[in-house]
Amino acid sequence: MVDKISPSVEAALADVSDGSTILVGGFGGAGVPEELIDALIAQGARDLTIVNNNAGNGEVGVAALLKAGRVRKIVCSYPRTADSYVFDALYRAGKIELDLVPQGTLSERMRAAGAGIGAFYTPTGYGTDLGKGKETRMIDGKGHVLEYPIRGDVALVKAERGDRWGNLVYRKSARNFGPTMASAAKCTIAQVYEIVELGALDPEHVVTPGIFVTRVVKVPRKKQAAQVRERAA
Amino acid sequence: MSYVKLTRDQIAARIARDIPEGAYVNLGIGMPTLVGNHLPKDREIILHSENGILGMGPAPEPGLEDLDLINAGKEPVTLLTGGAYFHHTDSFAMMRGGHLDIAVLGAFQVSVSGDLANWHTGGDAIPAVGGAMDLAVGAKSVWVMMEQLTKGGESKIVERCTYPLTGIGVVKRIYTDLAVIDVTPGGLVASRLVPGLSCDELQRLSGVPLSPSAARAAA
Repeated sequence: MVDKISPSVEAALADVSDGSTILVGGFGGAGVPEELIDALIAQGARDLTIVNNNAGNGEVGVAALLKAGRVRKIVCSYPRTADSYVFDALYRAGKIELDLVPQGTLSERMRAAGAGIGAFYTPTGYGTDLGKGKETRMIDGKGHVLEYPIRGDVALVKAERGDRWGNLVYRKSARNFGPTMASAAKCTIAQVYEIVELGALDPEHVVTPGIFVTRVVKVPRKKQAAQVRERAA
Repeated sequence: MSYVKLTRDQIAARIARDIPEGAYVNLGIGMPTLVGNHLPKDREIILHSENGILGMGPAPEPGLEDLDLINAGKEPVTLLTGGAYFHHTDSFAMMRGGHLDIAVLGAFQVSVSGDLANWHTGGDAIPAVGGAMDLAVGAKSVWVMMEQLTKGGESKIVERCTYPLTGIGVVKRIYTDLAVIDVTPGGLVASRLVPGLSCDELQRLSGVPLSPSAARAAA
């Protein structure tokens, strides 16, 4: 029997090694696998490379991981936000390496990793500081830069519901990087609010098919988020 | 002769009126977000948000915010009937793949040949690019919304951008608080100048060659 359900976030993350590249889902506050990140901090892996759209907000999630001193390098598109003070301080002190990648290129590089594409040419970034030092080519009269895949050792994503085969559905704009990151890592761990029986997810509506998912762990909805969501329903 | 600059809302209203029925549009974070407040009620215009939304609606009523439904600026929004959610890679395929009709972006500088600088002021500022470069190269038309001059009175339309570039030759049209300026192969063409402002005066303020539009469009 295929059963990808993990009993706890701790069990799901037990084998993460030092020096891993970890893809972390979420955009702003939506779709952030906060409890998996907390468990990663408790697990203790260090010298990590984190791939995320942002570089953490406040002192939760990715910012908490940064604050704990576990991250050597961050690969992201938008590190500077109103409350990214943990990252800002580490960056200014030279204690973290920043690899800034245009958002669509970040996403497509992970898609390439998941899809077995060796590299691709994109017009994004051509002629800019972010295209410097990269191979270029004119295609149909338009400048392109060559970009390589970003592979994760581990992906941490948040979904709404999952089953024991690892099939996932998401909620609204919390989907964001989840499906692409799930495809791009050797080990994908999904935290879900609800685990359902096989067959309960409409096969026409499955967003991430289970083949891309290694482990599924149930994490109850936070009280505050649940209340906000109920009001919105 | 004296003239009055347009307010940001007036620029936004002008842009909104120029967006045709049925257009797929991305409004950049910051000033361009205001355009969403002025979209004509009698037109269906479909807003795209880079984080996986088509058919994005206005901000929800207070107390009805949904933390899973936010825009690119991470503010709560709503979904119009008929809207759709999708993942980031599809979202950027829409942008880079030329599926969006119009992107309205803010800018630090635009050059006479349509180069755009809007992501980084250089120096020791922490750089952040987000989806700006993807929008710049991908949308069928890139419109810039900005003030004509910096707070210090310097022209934001320049011969060559001094700030780091977002994209080369990508800007089609610039909406400022003084005029609408089209970037054409023959150079910059100004129209819809605020009442009382001559094209000569606009050119003097801008410090770059500008020609008046042959067809005088209504303001």
